[in-house]
Amino acid sequence: MASTAVSSGARRIRRQLPTSPWLFAAPGLLIAGAFILYPFVSTLVNAFTDRRTLVPGEFVGLANFRELLHDDMFWIGLRNSSLYVLGVVPALVLLPLLLALLVHKSIPGITFFRSAFYTPVVASIVVVGLIWVWMLDERGLVNSLLETVGVGRIGFLSDQWLILLSAMAVTVWKGLGYYMIIYLAALANVPRELHEAAAVDGAGPVRRFLSVTVPAVRSTMVLVAALASVAAFKVFSEVYLMAGPSGGPAGEDTTLVMLVQRTGTGLTGRVGYASAISVVVFAVTLVLMLLVLRADRKEES
Amino acid sequence: MSVLEKVRPAPQQPAATAREPRITDENGRRIRVWELVLRYLLLLGVLALTVGPFLWQLSTSLKGPTEDIFSSPPRFLPSDPTPHNYERVAETIPVWDYALNSLKVALANVVTNCVGAALAGYALARLRYRGRRVATLVFILTMLVPVEGIIIAQFTTMRELGLNNTLIGVLLPGCVSALNVLLMRNAFLNLPYEIEEAAYVDGANVWQRFLRIALPAVKGTLAVVAIFAFMGAWDDFLWPLIVLSDPANFTLTIGLNYLHGTFANDERLVAAGTIIAVAPLIVLFACLQRYFFRGVGEGAVKG
Repeated sequence: MASTAVSSGARRIRRQLPTSPWLFAAPGLLIAGAFILYPFVSTLVNAFTDRRTLVPGEFVGLANFRELLHDDMFWIGLRNSSLYVLGVVPALVLLPLLLALLVHKSIPGITFFRSAFYTPVVASIVVVGLIWVWMLDERGLVNSLLETVGVGRIGFLSDQWLILLSAMAVTVWKGLGYYMIIYLAALANVPRELHEAAAVDGAGPVRRFLSVTVPAVRSTMVLVAALASVAAFKVFSEVYLMAGPSGGPAGEDTTLVMLVQRTGTGLTGRVGYASAISVVVFAVTLVLMLLVLRADRKEES
Repeated sequence: MSVLEKVRPAPQQPAATAREPRITDENGRRIRVWELVLRYLLLLGVLALTVGPFLWQLSTSLKGPTEDIFSSPPRFLPSDPTPHNYERVAETIPVWDYALNSLKVALANVVTNCVGAALAGYALARLRYRGRRVATLVFILTMLVPVEGIIIAQFTTMRELGLNNTLIGVLLPGCVSALNVLLMRNAFLNLPYEIEEAAYVDGANVWQRFLRIALPAVKGTLAVVAIFAFMGAWDDFLWPLIVLSDPANFTLTIGLNYLHGTFANDERLVAAGTIIAVAPLIVLFACLQRYFFRGVGEGAVKG
């Protein structure tokens, strides 16, 4: 608070000490630098070393990346994280839009429904994961219902592919409300004259959805696709909780971030190798962003 | 701008009070009855899907040891509701200590994010100095770093500082998030310059202008930052999982994961644990919905 002490005569001139802007920004810059940017740079550096948790390690060139090429677990992780993007993103682009259309019209009680649909977003992913572990249990609610209607029980959490599919469903379930709110804001800006004109022309609801709504919210769909695909590729918690820490039967459900966590932590953690996997995560995330942005530009032209 | 304000058309139209079911949409057009019925059926269906699992979990947590929780067809209501399972959670793991740890981290996260983001946001938006653009760029780059990819390096950094396995270590990496700094910056940028200029002419220094004029004008955004800081810290899983190893320092989410890993076959126990973890946030959400929705609108622009 140095500047408050300045005498009144000098106040006009020295009202803003040259250091004070930096004092304002200092806490934020310090945290960003020490706990985000420095770890980011050190991940890039460590990827080329054989550093372990307790051993500083030495420069090993591309050895970690060469090892990755022959590491089955890495390919499993890359496969699962990529499948996750393919499975989750289309659902998260489309379903919340339909949901937003459903809650868009202001009929009585609609604010209650909007809030209720948002509840899964508020809950921790751990809570959500454990709720669905119990729902999808061999003897859980979903299987009880399936048995009641005569389908029979399904081992959602014992088969490698069903586990991955169930985890994807949980990700979609938790994300619905979040993206619904984003779409609601976009729908509010769609000029209703467009809908009316289309209705006068005799277009049915499906036709109006495709030729009026979708073009009007297209840029929001791209935004949602970008957010959802980056998040899906970095999936950890859902699969960790539903498949278990070791990634399901024979580790076949391991995702890349799960592999980073498993390889790099603990007293014998291979920090260097885990960093190399992280670099792959960075690279793919970047490519995904660029792909989505390019798709956006292409459609526009 | 608040999403909800944009979204929510005029509040309940008087048409709803008419005796016959003559309900109009926001444009004053009548909605046909069958369409309305269909809408409500769909809404109820989605409601069952989104809220149902929480209620099932609550129901399971209230069922006593003698009641069959695996019955088919399922029984949705506990025949004899009992808090027994909640007592058992507290006997199995120190769940109230974990809740207190989570609360400490979440509240500290609120304070550090509000203070740190407001200060830095003000510096980026309002103060003139060399390097302002660089500082803004630093925060933008920080926001773009995928946190899941740097957890191992964050962990080694914490070890070097001797802060692994502490609540401070859980708090630090997210305690002034770059996204919040940029949210505050935008909020300050949207304020008209004139009000501060008047104070400037009256001789108010930078701290006075910040505290008395600028800050009160961005209370809404500050509330959004506070709520999302609380929710983020309370719900976080991956980072505390990595940085905490001593069960004495667990937060609630890590404690739940431990409970699930050790007592997976005791569904009533795990159900009670999850309800303890989620109830405070649902209450918070019910009270402050407006800010939750507004935060989605502001946060989504980050991409």
